[in-house]
Amino acid sequence: MRVESWKLQDGRWLKDRLFTIVCFISTMVGVLLLFLLLWDVFTRGLPWLSWDFLTSFPSRFPERAGIKSALFGSIWLILLTAAFAVPIGVGAAIYLEEYAPKNRLTKIIEINISNLAGVPSIVYGILGLTLFVRTLLLGRSLLAGALTMALLILPIIIISSQEALRAVPKSIREASYALGATRWQTIRHQVLPAARPWILTGNILALSRALGETAPLIMVGALSFVAFVPRTPLDPFTALPIQIFSWVGRPQEEFASLAAAGIIVLMAFLLTMNATAIILRNRYQRRLEW
Amino acid sequence: MLGWLCARMVNGYSKLKERLIEHILFLYAALSIFVTIGIVFILLSETLSFFRDVSVFEFLFGTRWSPMFTPPRFGVLPLVNGTLLVAIGSSIIALPLGISSAVYLSEYAHERVRSLLKPLLEILAGVPTIVYGYFAVTFVTPLIRRVLPETDIFNAASACIVVGIMILPMVSSLSEDALRSVPRSLREGAYALGSTKYEVTTKVVVPSALSGILASFILAVSRAIGETMAVTLAAGATPVMTLNFFESIQTMTAYIVQVSLGDTPAGSVAYKTIFVIGMVLFTMTLVMNIFSQWIRSRYQEVYD
Repeated sequence: MRVESWKLQDGRWLKDRLFTIVCFISTMVGVLLLFLLLWDVFTRGLPWLSWDFLTSFPSRFPERAGIKSALFGSIWLILLTAAFAVPIGVGAAIYLEEYAPKNRLTKIIEINISNLAGVPSIVYGILGLTLFVRTLLLGRSLLAGALTMALLILPIIIISSQEALRAVPKSIREASYALGATRWQTIRHQVLPAARPWILTGNILALSRALGETAPLIMVGALSFVAFVPRTPLDPFTALPIQIFSWVGRPQEEFASLAAAGIIVLMAFLLTMNATAIILRNRYQRRLEW
Repeated sequence: MLGWLCARMVNGYSKLKERLIEHILFLYAALSIFVTIGIVFILLSETLSFFRDVSVFEFLFGTRWSPMFTPPRFGVLPLVNGTLLVAIGSSIIALPLGISSAVYLSEYAHERVRSLLKPLLEILAGVPTIVYGYFAVTFVTPLIRRVLPETDIFNAASACIVVGIMILPMVSSLSEDALRSVPRSLREGAYALGSTKYEVTTKVVVPSALSGILASFILAVSRAIGETMAVTLAAGATPVMTLNFFESIQTMTAYIVQVSLGDTPAGSVAYKTIFVIGMVLFTMTLVMNIFSQWIRSRYQEVYD
């Protein structure tokens, strides 16, 4: 009797072990793919990465080509995008969390924001092309690109800032009101400082999404061959992902390696931004304990 | 008297300021509504103008897409075919891998292993899509062609593989959240009945989290449909009706990029096609996103 029940358990036990192994392997496939991707980029790109690569303009000759204009374009783009998206996004989050009455309009706004977050980036490109490039006559400029990117990351900024504001305990607001502060004074001097590290983290992550986006920039007409550094927001521009795109599209092997070198620069840029976000969060997290 | 007046004025000023700030912040929040209206208006107006030149019937049921040729053909089905081929192919890769990763991370992995592996998978989600495009062209495609030499240089399979890798973390991360929200008591009840971990997972935990898992699948597929750069670089620019993964195809997103890179004059019928295709894309992804939210809220099991 006892032996029989062991046998029965044996099959179930085997199934259990097999399932564990299958699940473990699936997880490792993802991790291995990440390393494979990084390995491929680094082995190809690293030999091409040099100071000259960073400080030269693009060229028909791979050995002379560089990403100076793309690097400057991306920095410009991120700063301009932040200038539009951060105040509006955080402001919208403040309204929704601190002011908005619980009515139908508020609900519509919130549902609308979460749906906007799922709209494909190329559709934002179409919007930017029609609204900024053609209707507002901004042309194929940095400004048009930055405004498009700002609309693209606005939902992400709003949603993450809302989460940050929601995490501030009610008691802080009530203590401030009890001392006679108005609503805005409470937000300005109590709620915002308390939520700042998380708001900052969410904003940086959203901006790093904008840094890697390619399709909307192609739509608003970023150029792939720009031999100058933009001086004003109305100048034409290129950006890192656009430069990489144009290199990947070429048949010569050397340009693929240049693309890999460009990707290393792009990823280093992204990594710096994300690391800043994490450091900021850890730094403040220790100081603020409720 | 004067003091009272001053106090009234200061009070009035500060009240005005409070009201003003509230109104400005409301405008910021309402901006998102205008973005949606803007998108819909732009897509719709050009789409209507497009259908003045092309019959709706030809667009929806035509099987040839060649807007630049004479005579131009405007059958959208080849592009939808290409998009769906990539969506299906990438799902075949991402859904099984994603759900089993989620199960492993949520049910099996030790906390320390989990805290190491989860961020690694999330990095995959943060890699820009252009990098996946590069990876498809320089690594995946040559690999496929070494195994199956008659594969086209541009082919759906390569795009499917990289898009699959791209949406994998979305499936695993969202499904894991769903699995972890299943209360411990349910698992312990099943253990108490003598179940193995496999049985607890497949018969109790996964069914309880099914709405969240399904929602993550739909979101991932919607993301695959909207993916642009990897498919533009890897899948080709040949709008054809095919189920062959090793042929060159074209997706809706890749078509939009192709037109905007060329010098199609604004206002021409060919130019309007990017708005029509954008409309189809927007509608498809919107329906899927709303469906995913609906499933999550409608079928979510509420515990305690």
